[in-house]
Amino acid sequence: MSEHRIAGVGPAGGSRGASGSIVSARDVAATVVDPELPMLTIAELGILRGVQEDGEHVTVEITPTYSGCPAMAAIRADVSARLHDAGFPDVCVRTVLYPPWTTDWITADGRRKLEEHGIAPPGKAGRAVPLLLGRRDTVPCPRCGSPNTVEMSRFGPTPCTALFRCTACAEPFEHVKAI
Amino acid sequence: MSEGINAYDAVVELNDHTHWAFGTGFDDPLAGIDTSVPPGTDTAEQCLALGDDALIMSHRLAEWCTNAPELEDEVALANLALDLLGQARLLLSRAAQSRGEGETEDTLAYLRGEHEFRNVRLVELPRGDFAHEIARLLVFSTWRLGVFERLVDAPDPVLAAIAAKGVKELTYHREYAAAWTVRLGDGTDLSHRRMAAALEAVWPYVDELFDSGAGRDEFDAVIRQVLEAATLPIPNVSVAARVAGRAGRDGVHTEAMGYLLAEMQSVVRAHPGAAW
Repeated sequence: MSEHRIAGVGPAGGSRGASGSIVSARDVAATVVDPELPMLTIAELGILRGVQEDGEHVTVEITPTYSGCPAMAAIRADVSARLHDAGFPDVCVRTVLYPPWTTDWITADGRRKLEEHGIAPPGKAGRAVPLLLGRRDTVPCPRCGSPNTVEMSRFGPTPCTALFRCTACAEPFEHVKAI
Repeated sequence: MSEGINAYDAVVELNDHTHWAFGTGFDDPLAGIDTSVPPGTDTAEQCLALGDDALIMSHRLAEWCTNAPELEDEVALANLALDLLGQARLLLSRAAQSRGEGETEDTLAYLRGEHEFRNVRLVELPRGDFAHEIARLLVFSTWRLGVFERLVDAPDPVLAAIAAKGVKELTYHREYAAAWTVRLGDGTDLSHRRMAAALEAVWPYVDELFDSGAGRDEFDAVIRQVLEAATLPIPNVSVAARVAGRAGRDGVHTEAMGYLLAEMQSVVRAHPGAAW
């Protein structure tokens, strides 16, 4: 729980003024990672909706993945702390609810990183689906690529992931559900 | 915060923003959102009723922690509860804004009495067996999904946005409940009997769901599709009695509601102003 809270972009990140270079507020905010999927930044996850700089004042807009996402408060605090440390004293983090986040907002880089970390990325979300009653797309194993996988639980360690097992390599893995 | 901090410190630290989904004094889930309410809408009333439904259903689902038949389903039910708690927080915060009487999500959840709650009676019914919870969840999520799909065009943009978000979650909830209904209904003789009995137990409370809105035909069609796959009959039972025509939306609840609130509100009432 603590790894995502290590504050600040160190000197190497180029704080404002120290190296003479100006780092944009967007670049700083985009480095904050999601506490539940720490291999992804909030930009890659697609929940960073906008960053406006108006002189000293920075407004950051973020959107929740799920209505009850307990990580939102931590993300909001991290964005503020990271920007403060980078030399932006006046930061306002706003919540945006519309349009709702879907897994389609995860960037191509984000999907690649999920796969590299053994988490099967989501397929295309599309509109709300009718009742499936057991029919669903196959999720290939992120480790060996086999399509022979079974869902063990619709809900994994977090609301956004499901728990799968590969019947070819026998490894369990998480899958970010298309929503 | 240092890197050496342990998990317990991180949870209990005061003024820390990372505490999890329990307690009071969270950041406003609507932080930074335009708080103006379009005139001539009944947003406050709608948000309160739908928020109360989500809060009480969430509480009942959370009771399955350490009680579910399998670890996976315990996790699943807790996650559904978390989604609904999130919807409750957004809706109660919006209700508080709209009422403009200085209330917050916390005061609405923790400091109202039984008759001030507007939830339908279905969600407050005491926890039964697992089949009973599945039957309730099937009915609740099918109904609520229809309500939210219509609210996507609500005149209040905040309510519309909350609904658009909730549609995606409720689709998953309905899928989960439908899958278990089929598994139990089309399972052994015993599971079939218990699933049928569970549906009969919750069915008297279906009528009340459609007091203030359309969608009954759509609801019936989905339930019929699931029950056919589950080899279960549509229950044929009487509607639950009301008190002088009044039910949950009027603040008239079943006996179970007082006990539920006594538990849910006990810490706040015993320690006024405490944050945890």
